[in-house]
Amino acid sequence: MSRAVRSPQTWLALGVMILLIVFPRFATSYLISLLTDVLIFAIFAMSLDLLLGYTGLASFGHAAFFGLGGYLIGFMARNWTNNVLITLPLVLIGTGLAALIIGFFALRTSGLPFLMFTLATAQMLFGIAIKWTPVTGGSDGLSGVPRPVIGFGENVFKFGTGPQYYFFTLFFFVVAYWLMRRLVHSPFGRTLMGIKSNESRMRALGYNTWRYKMAVYVIAGMFAGLAGFLFGHFNRHVSPETFYWTVSGQVMIMVIIGGAGSLTGPALGAALVRLLPSYASTYTERWHTLMGLVFILFVLFAPKGIIGLLRRTAENRS
Amino acid sequence: MTRVRAEHLGKDYGGLTALEDVTLTVESGERRAIIGPNGAGKTTFFKLIAGELPPTRGRVQFDGRDITALPAHARANLGLSHTFQRNNLFLDLSVLENVRLAVQHHRQIAGQWFKSANSFQSVTQEAESILARSRLADQRSQLARSLAYGQQRGLEVALALATEPRALLLDEPTAGMSSAETAEMVKFIESLPRSLTMLIVEHDMDVVFTLADRITVLHYGEVIAEGTPSEVRANPMVQQIYLGTPSTLFHH
Repeated sequence: MSRAVRSPQTWLALGVMILLIVFPRFATSYLISLLTDVLIFAIFAMSLDLLLGYTGLASFGHAAFFGLGGYLIGFMARNWTNNVLITLPLVLIGTGLAALIIGFFALRTSGLPFLMFTLATAQMLFGIAIKWTPVTGGSDGLSGVPRPVIGFGENVFKFGTGPQYYFFTLFFFVVAYWLMRRLVHSPFGRTLMGIKSNESRMRALGYNTWRYKMAVYVIAGMFAGLAGFLFGHFNRHVSPETFYWTVSGQVMIMVIIGGAGSLTGPALGAALVRLLPSYASTYTERWHTLMGLVFILFVLFAPKGIIGLLRRTAENRS
Repeated sequence: MTRVRAEHLGKDYGGLTALEDVTLTVESGERRAIIGPNGAGKTTFFKLIAGELPPTRGRVQFDGRDITALPAHARANLGLSHTFQRNNLFLDLSVLENVRLAVQHHRQIAGQWFKSANSFQSVTQEAESILARSRLADQRSQLARSLAYGQQRGLEVALALATEPRALLLDEPTAGMSSAETAEMVKFIESLPRSLTMLIVEHDMDVVFTLADRITVLHYGEVIAEGTPSEVRANPMVQQIYLGTPSTLFHH
């Protein structure tokens, strides 16, 4: 196929990109900060989709890497430097190493034991964050985390204001989305889908499936770490709750509501799950109930999520 | 040259002995069939050679190398490929994608994470040509799930062949097939290159006598006879255990 021929999806992605770029011109600072939050959770949800949707690994402890990314940047930015050129590589190495260690043990299991093991490790990190007060700030977490700067020596730029930080986040969202999209369409992505479909046959074909699962677990951990890094800088505060199992649960709901195995779906799921409370809570105190109801409706009537609904609509039109 | 060798191979499940003590040698390019009544240990023996099960005792050699401790995927990478008695396919992927997965691993590009999989055209072409040889070209874009049973059986063998093995282990390749489908499968297996070593576990005696150069007969987990098809057919002990009375089974 010629490169000049673009699919409708590519046009749609370009359209969304342009909207996201011009959006701050017309939006209030409240809306800008809402959307920044959505973009961060979209990266987080897409990273879980690599495991859940593409490889069939039901991780219920993905908050481990989100929280760790936050604490790493919180600690570094408060005590040492907030220069992205130094901190981001270290956050990625740190969360990648953590994923390597956790994955080394967790990936000896599969199915429900894998789910429980990942849940337990995230809860363990939550416990450490609460108890190790000198480093983690205990149950208060770390406050006064400065916004990031970028540059060398005298030439540094500070992403101080809301719109500036929005574009900072948007840049990483676009890069993360692009890299993950490349990954899932590559031979490695096909390998992951083969493992999800039938791991025993993959082994019979000669695949060392454990190695591939380790690789994707580390990659997903690093992207979740990136999301945690952005979240820490965004709130200027990191708290132990970022490790908590409800965060792992929330990101799992984003993936399922959005449509697992599509990347775009989980990003839309992140938007729904993060935006619904802020709108619904204007009208009702019971937004948790509302969220539960939305989740049930999706599981019952749209098991392929938002992306499934969109695709069905598109097919009916054509 | 010896391709596959089992030495005093045995397997116990708890107190139950599934395979007592089997020693056998398959030469390079040979087509060997393993037969025996139900419960003789054929399937257990097959799984020990393929690496799907660890043995309780004994050793397995491939091309003179001891592979007893190697897992199934490492054996496959040495060139020892196997099919499954029950179809073990990527049911929710297309027929082409099934074979592509085998080819991309064999070509050592399965870890490439940046370039689009579709840009590796030689992989797709090789997968297409394997499908053409397996008479599945028209079904290439169907999901494996939607194939007829006999076609799924064909895809099962096509997947094992796509890794270009030096030895192919076939576990009841015609199990559950109609007689027309069986005939076609036998023709296909016969058409494979003579250099490919084969070890076939099979119930259907017509299939065994058509395909095999030599036959090994298992009974209660032990080898009770081994030889050319006519030697085995003439063996009174084999006739005895197979039917209780001589001759009628092998009505050739």
